[in-house]
Amino acid sequence: MIYSLLVMSPPASGSSAATAARFAQALIEAGHSIRRVFFLDEGVTCASSLAVFPQDESSGLQAWVDLAERHGVDLVLCVSSALRYGMLDNTEAERHERPCASIHPRFTISGLGQLVDATATSDRLVTFGG
Amino acid sequence: MVEPATRSTLAVIRHAPYGSSLARAAIDVSLANAAFDQPVELLFMGDGVLQLLPAQDAAALGRKNLARLLASLPLYGIEQVYVDAESAARYRVDLAQSPVAAVPLEATALRALLREHDQLLGF
Repeated sequence: MIYSLLVMSPPASGSSAATAARFAQALIEAGHSIRRVFFLDEGVTCASSLAVFPQDESSGLQAWVDLAERHGVDLVLCVSSALRYGMLDNTEAERHERPCASIHPRFTISGLGQLVDATATSDRLVTFGG
Repeated sequence: MVEPATRSTLAVIRHAPYGSSLARAAIDVSLANAAFDQPVELLFMGDGVLQLLPAQDAAALGRKNLARLLASLPLYGIEQVYVDAESAARYRVDLAQSPVAAVPLEATALRALLREHDQLLGF
């Protein structure tokens, strides 16, 4: 079955973002495919490459990066949420005259059309957070 | 980019308007669906019915007035809006004054609505 995930919860609060990454991993292990993971609202902070967590806690970033690198999972941030939370790639940092990019390069920034497309082309869309 | 409409989508809105930015996210996602000609319907339930209160004023918060955004949804072709009658009654939300016309549903009709949609988005 083709799944997409909508992630609206941040890694810094609650366990929902971590659950989303584990769910994605479990889907792949069960033989399903993931069309896209779309990060919206506070969920965009999952992409932060600048966040520093205490040593005994996890930001969850590596779990998403592994999904992208090992399984080609498409990780997309909503552009308006990303800008609001300071989640910038090189292009956006330059455009808005900010000192540096703040997201991991495995994530891409795009519009809500990517969520609409994922909704229309997946058998299941599962929301985390909200 | 987006395929022709094959799946029906229901946005289930359960959070109060100004406690988080989820209410705004729900409106943005609904408008994006409409912009790509993907049918989307809205259901307000639980604390979400508070978004249907009239005369909202978010100026002091420095936020946009969500009631005004909700009122504009029919202009974008989003006309199927439902509300859990029990939640509306619990919060004494007068649906006659709602910024967007919302059809109240009792529990049985609510279950049918949730069942008949292919995709549920939770906000």
